[in-house]
Amino acid sequence: MAQSQQFCTFFLDDLFLGVEVEKVQEVIRHQETTRVPLAPAVIGGLINLRGQIVTAINLRRRLELPPRKGSEAPMNVVVRTDDGAVSLLVDEIGDVVEVEPADFERPPDTLQGEARELIGGAFKLKGRLLLLLDAERALRAA
Amino acid sequence: MSEMDDIIKEFLVESNDNLDQLDAGLVELEKDPYSNELLGSIFRAIHTVKGTSGVLGFPKLEAVAHGGENLLSKLRDGQLRLNTEITTGLLRMVDAIREILGSIENSGSEGETDFSAVGTMLNDLLQQELANANQTAATESRLLGEILAEKLKVPQDAIDAALIQQKSGDLRRIGEILVEQGHVPPQAVLEALKTQAETGTQVSGSTIRVDVGLLDKLMNLVGELVLARNQVLQFTATRKETAFQGTAQRLNLITTELQEGVMKTRMQPIGSVWHKFPRVVRDLALQFGKQVRIEMEGSETELDKTIIEAIKDPLTHVIRNAIDHGIELPATRTASGKPAEGRLTLRAFHEGGQVNIEVADDGGGIRLDPLKQKAIESGQITPEQAARMSEREALNLIFLPGLSTAAKVTNVSGRGVGMDVVKTNIEKIGGMVDVQSVPGAGTTLKIKIPLTLAIIPALIATSGGERFAIPQVSLLELVLLEGEEAEKGIESIHGAPVYRLRGHLLPLVYLNQLLRLGEQKRSGTINIVVLQADDRQFGLVVDEINDTEEIVVKPLGKQLKGISCFAGATIMGDGQVALILDVLGIAQTANVVTEVRERAGSDSAALRTDRAAGRDAWLVCQVAGSRRMAIPLAVVSRLEEIAASSVERSGNHLVVQYRGQIMQLLDVAAHLNLGKCAPAETLQVIVYQHEGHCVGLLVDQILDIVEQSAVVEREPTEGGLIGSAVIQERVTDLLNIQAMAGMRPLAEVR
Repeated sequence: MAQSQQFCTFFLDDLFLGVEVEKVQEVIRHQETTRVPLAPAVIGGLINLRGQIVTAINLRRRLELPPRKGSEAPMNVVVRTDDGAVSLLVDEIGDVVEVEPADFERPPDTLQGEARELIGGAFKLKGRLLLLLDAERALRAA
Repeated sequence: MSEMDDIIKEFLVESNDNLDQLDAGLVELEKDPYSNELLGSIFRAIHTVKGTSGVLGFPKLEAVAHGGENLLSKLRDGQLRLNTEITTGLLRMVDAIREILGSIENSGSEGETDFSAVGTMLNDLLQQELANANQTAATESRLLGEILAEKLKVPQDAIDAALIQQKSGDLRRIGEILVEQGHVPPQAVLEALKTQAETGTQVSGSTIRVDVGLLDKLMNLVGELVLARNQVLQFTATRKETAFQGTAQRLNLITTELQEGVMKTRMQPIGSVWHKFPRVVRDLALQFGKQVRIEMEGSETELDKTIIEAIKDPLTHVIRNAIDHGIELPATRTASGKPAEGRLTLRAFHEGGQVNIEVADDGGGIRLDPLKQKAIESGQITPEQAARMSEREALNLIFLPGLSTAAKVTNVSGRGVGMDVVKTNIEKIGGMVDVQSVPGAGTTLKIKIPLTLAIIPALIATSGGERFAIPQVSLLELVLLEGEEAEKGIESIHGAPVYRLRGHLLPLVYLNQLLRLGEQKRSGTINIVVLQADDRQFGLVVDEINDTEEIVVKPLGKQLKGISCFAGATIMGDGQVALILDVLGIAQTANVVTEVRERAGSDSAALRTDRAAGRDAWLVCQVAGSRRMAIPLAVVSRLEEIAASSVERSGNHLVVQYRGQIMQLLDVAAHLNLGKCAPAETLQVIVYQHEGHCVGLLVDQILDIVEQSAVVEREPTEGGLIGSAVIQERVTDLLNIQAMAGMRPLAEVR
């Protein structure tokens, strides 16, 4: 059943990541966040999404990446979960990309650390790799 | 077919409503058998069910309902008088109908179960009185016919023909006959039946069913509207046009009203849960051979829908318990001089932004000894703990899991699953359960729950640059310290900040420190929010107190559930998110309640017991190297450190100059004949008032402030002691400081 899939893509550092497009509720620009004291570091804060309070996950911290240089504000990729919407804070938003399952490959064992848990594999696109982010795991605050 | 499906769906919903009414009505009727109004409404309810099921083609349902209707019609006509058997029969019919409806809902058919027994039973009941059934049937049919004729212009001759057909032996309902003959569509008959049923009912048709999800969505949208309104209002301030200002003002008012209206849509009277209980009580009472009368007060008390749902099962359980364990058999009751009929009272009322629900029985009460015994047997408490327990603590044992004192297991209670679940469920929605019992006189279970989980009044405060909402329910007062007060008002007991609030020491918690926020803003003033965490008070120090607001509580995502300091979040007027503080969580995190937690471990039942038991605060200190001594915190006025060099002698007294007075110092160790206070450069002194003078107690070290009830277990062996008690699981002597001050200095005593 080789059906092409659509991915909502975004950038984090030099990573090019994607989440299944069905899982993404919306993509919004930077929102004022309210920080949550005593929360795990990966919690980026709370945002007001049209009257709904949504937890934002700092994906950089989640993937053990260094904090972003410069003062550019992160974007929100709002993902649907069983417990309501959760936002992933990312550097920049990419296009919606169509990929073929044939291009998929599991990550090599040399991929270690948190990323090993969160990156389900890679789609070999022309000129670059699109990494499949396991959204559910990413949202499970470590 | 989809039209038919819709009709059936509507029929199910409506019938279930009718059945609920029947349940309540029948039990009511038993008390007041001559109420024509009640009989009428019950009759109409069952008649509608029967009529509709006939039209829709559910023969079993129709047969069962028909049996009941026949019986009821005799009652209505005064040919029969209601008695327990008839009521039971009718209630069994209601159950049968409910079962069939359930089957229709699930599978679309009436199912395989044979309900003819119910019909036979009803018929047998009916045989008690010979009656003329045809007459009644004809009357109704003519009524239905009239309605159909009027509404749908069904030709009168068709109706007459149908009536004749019916009289000549066709047992079907008139609606059916008409449908079959193609005079009217089934839906029209349904409508007509509805009209027939509604004639005479006072309030009907004024309500509609709305999906709760839709209401939630509306509420969210109204919240958004409020935000937009706020922004518009801010904008208005900069504008001068009168027309614009007027419009903005109207927008403001309408929005507020809309908000209130939408909030109200979620409220339901608690009676919507209670109306089931008369039936439950009746059935249980019969089953146990007991006589129980149920009384309800305040059934109009309104609660949020979600809360109503959440308390339904716990309440049912509590009521079952009360009948099974609480109320005694009639013989026992009469023997102990009580009326044979037990009384179960349900009471609901609003108090301080909360709803109180009480379930009281006038039964035998809870006997503590067997309860303790059970708890010991099941290994939940040790015999020592049991012996030390206050009455209140012991009573709260009923909330331990797996505990049942029922002598035998019945199918209602006694399996040991229950009260703990009740407690957990109530606490899940932010409520509290407490139990009071007087042996021989009855048991009262008190439940306190928040009015709504959705909207609460809150105080908005700032700390470390962040805004927080503090629920008003826990708020006692606000204290502002200015100028000199701000510098000197806050004292410290061995590093723990306290403030003297009208003579009592109030432990202080700095919110910015607790939440590891930024530094406290230096402004020369100190804001203390005095809060109540159960029966304990503490002061929360914040940077700024902004305002009070009605806030809409929204839950936090599961990633944040683990942080006990926050109860949720809300959206402020400017669209920003603010966290709502969980006052109890804060108190626990700040160790305001730590000792209790250590003692009670994870058992929150014990935690609450302790708090409820009216506890004292003790200042625990160390004397003569190793002795732990405690003084009621209430009598302590100050803790001081003084230099050993400043101690002087006056006669036999040790004295020190203190605030322009001469203060006598008592060396506790020496007074109790335990040696002398450990020599040190700075002396720890507990200052208290005795007969208008300050007296200082010299101790080795101040250890802690503990809040717990101390039971004096050992009689005093030394003068100046009240006795000993276990505080923080260690034996601690309780000092009798008033007696001590009265004592002559050691030298003279000898």
